[in-house]
Amino acid sequence: MLEIRIHSRGGQGGVTASKLLAQAAFLEGKYGTAFPLYGAERRGAPVTSFTRISDQDIKVYSQVYNPDIVVVLDDSIMDLVDVTEGLKENGLLLVNTQHEEKLKDPRYKKFRIARVNVTDIALSLGLVLSGNPILNTPILGALAKLGVVKLDSAEKAIKDMFDDERNVKAAREAYAKVIV
Amino acid sequence: MKKMATGNQAVAFAVKESDVEVIAAYPITPQTEVVETIASFVETKKMDASYIRVESEHSAMAACIGATASGARSFTATSSHGLLYMHEMIHWAAGARLPIVMANVNRAVGPAWNIWAEHTDSLSQRDTGWMQFYAATVQEVYDTVIMSYKLAEKVNLPAMVCLDGFILSHAIQPLEITPPGDFLPPINLPHALDTKNPMSYGNLTAANDYFKFRHGMHMAMQQANKEARTIENEFAQRFDRKYGPVMEYRTDDADTAIVGMGTMAREAEMAVDLLRKEGIKAGSIRIRQFRPFPKLNLENKKVIVFDRDYSFGAGGILAQEIRFHNDVPVYNVIAGLGGQDVSFNMIADLVRRAKAEGEFWLGVD
Repeated sequence: MLEIRIHSRGGQGGVTASKLLAQAAFLEGKYGTAFPLYGAERRGAPVTSFTRISDQDIKVYSQVYNPDIVVVLDDSIMDLVDVTEGLKENGLLLVNTQHEEKLKDPRYKKFRIARVNVTDIALSLGLVLSGNPILNTPILGALAKLGVVKLDSAEKAIKDMFDDERNVKAAREAYAKVIV
Repeated sequence: MKKMATGNQAVAFAVKESDVEVIAAYPITPQTEVVETIASFVETKKMDASYIRVESEHSAMAACIGATASGARSFTATSSHGLLYMHEMIHWAAGARLPIVMANVNRAVGPAWNIWAEHTDSLSQRDTGWMQFYAATVQEVYDTVIMSYKLAEKVNLPAMVCLDGFILSHAIQPLEITPPGDFLPPINLPHALDTKNPMSYGNLTAANDYFKFRHGMHMAMQQANKEARTIENEFAQRFDRKYGPVMEYRTDDADTAIVGMGTMAREAEMAVDLLRKEGIKAGSIRIRQFRPFPKLNLENKKVIVFDRDYSFGAGGILAQEIRFHNDVPVYNVIAGLGGQDVSFNMIADLVRRAKAEGEFWLGVD
């Protein structure tokens, strides 16, 4: 079973990203589940959401404590909490950032690191909702590049949820631009 | 058609596929996405129903009572404080023998303010005359709503379908949307109000007749216990998904039974696998049907009951039921209150340390 934890801020689409990922896995014939860790919801507050992907029926409902992959949609959260807490050794840390130095922290040494600037991708395509760049659809493209799901199923999951073609475009762009 | 859906959406899809005619709902906190989704079905003409937006949960149930008394299939959904606010009408719906189906998203009751999963809200409605079912997967939520309409309309008692707040209501899982077809025939309430033959119900009733009404409800519950099995079998034959009053896992040769309800009880199946590897012969019994309470096979087993609820001064509500219906010692774990995260590792650990009898409050003791 693959376990993914996504860190974001309220309004950035982290919860939707976790659902899109489960949806993409489902389209590949796998079992997928996704759920958010709800706190006192408000825009801008740190939010954690989870996705589980497996070839078998998933019976676990409790939170993910030892993820295989951690995704960070807002790099400012890295200054507040250790986003890699519980991340398996050699696990994958994918960060949306334009600051390469954010990833130089010695804490992250034992992990595989990938980065992509999906904020810029969203802004360049005009993918903005209520003043926030939409990060969930491009980050799915980056996760596809990293082999979590196929690009095909990522695109289909996005199309199932959103009418706007620019979301698929954003995912493709992130797929091409992710740096490992 | 198979798709990914949340527990909330599964309820809404089931209501749509059950051809519900009247939905009455209070749309503000602690309401859920259930009625929001149904509202969009009605608004976009995907569903032909009257949607009544009321000013409170008390009124929502009152509107369902009126709708079903006139012979229509009705639905409402609520959660925690909303459920408690409609308490008077919940009694009334059952007493009037109206087969209303309601979804309750199980959430804790304040104070202290807490919005997360707990079963105390619906279990405190135990004695109202409603049937109660607790689902543990998105698919089971959908299937249970459909089966509940058929059962409720067979025995003329209302049914509550319960799902864990957030853990199931906001989680997405695969869902097969199976239209019930003639599995669920149109409602035909024998005592529906009829303008051509006007009669009044609800006049002052003296003890003698009142007694008969109450006893009739008790008998209807017993009948429901039989009818539910028939309905589950028919459902399995038609749709290839089998449910029972309890869902057992590796209990055949088990000498230790982990008993619970909802998602925590399904995760307990993972704990069973873990314990089995260590040579502990554990099995899991997940109770789906809480009212009427089912027969359990607990003979010669160490019984560990996980309660996501409590009755102050008496312990876990599920444990009380089990002690009452079975002559067995019970070790009662109170866990998961207010959304406390309970993993299968924690469940396994609690089972390893369980005594033959007693009570343990996880996180306090």
